Amino acid sequence: MAGQKVALDTGDLVLNRVSKYYGDFCAVDDLSLTVPDGSFFALLGPSGCGKTTTLRMIAGLEEPTQGTINIGETDITTQKPYRRNVNTVFQNYALFPHLTIFENIAFGLRRRGIKEVKNEVMAALELVELAHLAERKPGQLSGGQQQRIAVARAIVNRPEVLLLDEPLGALDLKLRRQMQIELKRIQMEIGITFIHVTHDQEEAMTMADTIAVMNQGKIEQMGSATELYEAPKTAFVANFLGQCNLIKAKVQSRTGGKAVVSAKGHTFEIPLSRVSTESDSVLLGVRPEKLRLDDSGTNSIKDCIVTDRSFVGTSTQYLLKTPWDLELIAFEQNDEGLHDLHVGDKVSVEWDPEHTFGLDGSQDINAGADLDEEE
Amino acid sequence: MAFLHAATGSHSGPKSELKSKSWTPYLLLAPGLIWLVTFFIFPILSLASTSTMVRPEGAQIGTYVQELRFANYIDAFQANQEQYIRSFVYAAIATLLALAIAYPLAYMIAFKSGKYRNILLVMVVAPFFTSFLLRTVAWTQILGDEGPIVSTLKLLPFVGDSMRLTSTPFAVVSGLTYNFLPFMTLPLYASLERIDPRTLEAAGDLYANGFTTFRKVTVPLSMPGVVAGTLLTFIPAAGDYVNAAILGSPSTKMIGNVIESRFFAVVDYPTAAALSFTLMATILILVTLYIRRSGTDELV
Repeated sequence: MAGQKVALDTGDLVLNRVSKYYGDFCAVDDLSLTVPDGSFFALLGPSGCGKTTTLRMIAGLEEPTQGTINIGETDITTQKPYRRNVNTVFQNYALFPHLTIFENIAFGLRRRGIKEVKNEVMAALELVELAHLAERKPGQLSGGQQQRIAVARAIVNRPEVLLLDEPLGALDLKLRRQMQIELKRIQMEIGITFIHVTHDQEEAMTMADTIAVMNQGKIEQMGSATELYEAPKTAFVANFLGQCNLIKAKVQSRTGGKAVVSAKGHTFEIPLSRVSTESDSVLLGVRPEKLRLDDSGTNSIKDCIVTDRSFVGTSTQYLLKTPWDLELIAFEQNDEGLHDLHVGDKVSVEWDPEHTFGLDGSQDINAGADLDEEE
Repeated sequence: MAFLHAATGSHSGPKSELKSKSWTPYLLLAPGLIWLVTFFIFPILSLASTSTMVRPEGAQIGTYVQELRFANYIDAFQANQEQYIRSFVYAAIATLLALAIAYPLAYMIAFKSGKYRNILLVMVVAPFFTSFLLRTVAWTQILGDEGPIVSTLKLLPFVGDSMRLTSTPFAVVSGLTYNFLPFMTLPLYASLERIDPRTLEAAGDLYANGFTTFRKVTVPLSMPGVVAGTLLTFIPAAGDYVNAAILGSPSTKMIGNVIESRFFAVVDYPTAAALSFTLMATILILVTLYIRRSGTDELV
């Protein structure tokens, strides 16, 4: 996993073997991570996975039980929050209700003894396009406006790292989409490192350059949205990001750049580069939109039965049952090649070997499924 | 009263809606209104009328006739200026002391008490379970010449044998502070408890150390509690006579004691009534100025 090297002459944020225990409970377990200077980084995971604890340790609101945190060459592990050059956009914004918007944004500047704050505050307000609200109190603003003020209040301090703790969680869907684009724009404009904590995989995929998927205090996998989606390394990542078909299988051979695996009398091929385990017991994975309702390919399963279909506009989603009662999901684009199947119909599915991946077979096949929607 | 209309009109037909629209609010108001008219407005009017009465030459003690003599107010004030001023000074000191004691206490209960929060809150109100009078009498024991405080203090080399605490201003102010402490603590607690701990974290995140966070965020956000607590302490303390009567001496008399003795001992009703009104008016003016100054109306 990435993150073992210690950055020397950059402002990279480096977490080195960080753990956090609350009594016996391990919230963050030996976590190492490097966030390159200026990147938009997402910590993605279900509630209780340790992502918020990690964020709070970077902010200085919690102290790690073990390990160190560095920004560039500075060790900030035990630095008080008010001494580190890190600012946070809190989950419910935590604006100061007794101060005007202007004074809210000026708060950090004034604490550092800056007397002339007007230009910087107004520039921050203009960045979030709310300059006309400077004299209001937070209580007079809508949720989306408060959210943007919280961002302005943090970035006006030009921190080395900006932390965002589920910043869009309290907004409705439409506003959330809008703010995703807005935050991305702001990050590009000011170029500082953003670390975004979220449980919403779509949000993470839309916004972040790099996503670290966390589960039970550990990073499961780190990479770009495409990497994580197309080549997950664990069952948890496969299930947590989007939907996934996983089939338990045994490796028959590993030759010629490909692995041949078998399951219930069917054989399938996986490119060896996409098999992330040495074990003979594997989970064969393929994304639902990669399945074709045909029987010509190398990897195919005949005699499946349609158990459910739902039309969702751009595609039709089928639930299929294999002859050995495993449930598969298949998405079919609503274009000219459409098979109009109905519940009870018999159908074969096939997919390309290069869309297949192989995971370690000792994992729980359902890990990470049905976790992506938090209440 | 618009909300009352909306609430009552929603599930009745057009006819009954009209009826309930006109009567329900008044029916709801009636009990409180009758009570206040009988036991507040009427006595106040009677007091106002008494305050300008005069005892006719040679009439029996306690007989007064209305002569609209407003000079009663000036006479009453001039004769009791000392006690009058003393009341406000004592009340102000007691209020400040109560604030100094209650703020850390309320802060601790609101932010640091964990699972003991409810027990501590019960302890704050526990004194109300016994009578105000009894508790004040108990203070004469505590502060008495043979009591624990005086005998402990006498062990110190620089404290003379003649030292005493009862019948001193110290005893009266202590009693006032003690008796009104819960009225200070509870509103303070309520406003501190309402502060979102994340705003305190945010202040730390924005380069404020613990003390600055307290000064710039905690204190301003607890101002509604400070204002409510100081009013609930100052107003009754200024008019109090029990503490001065039980713990004080003639030289620590407060205006409440004067009013009491004018009413019940001297049977000088006009002076007592005039003093009561002067007290009320002064408190009202002070409170108005105070609320204007503190500017908490938009925070509440």
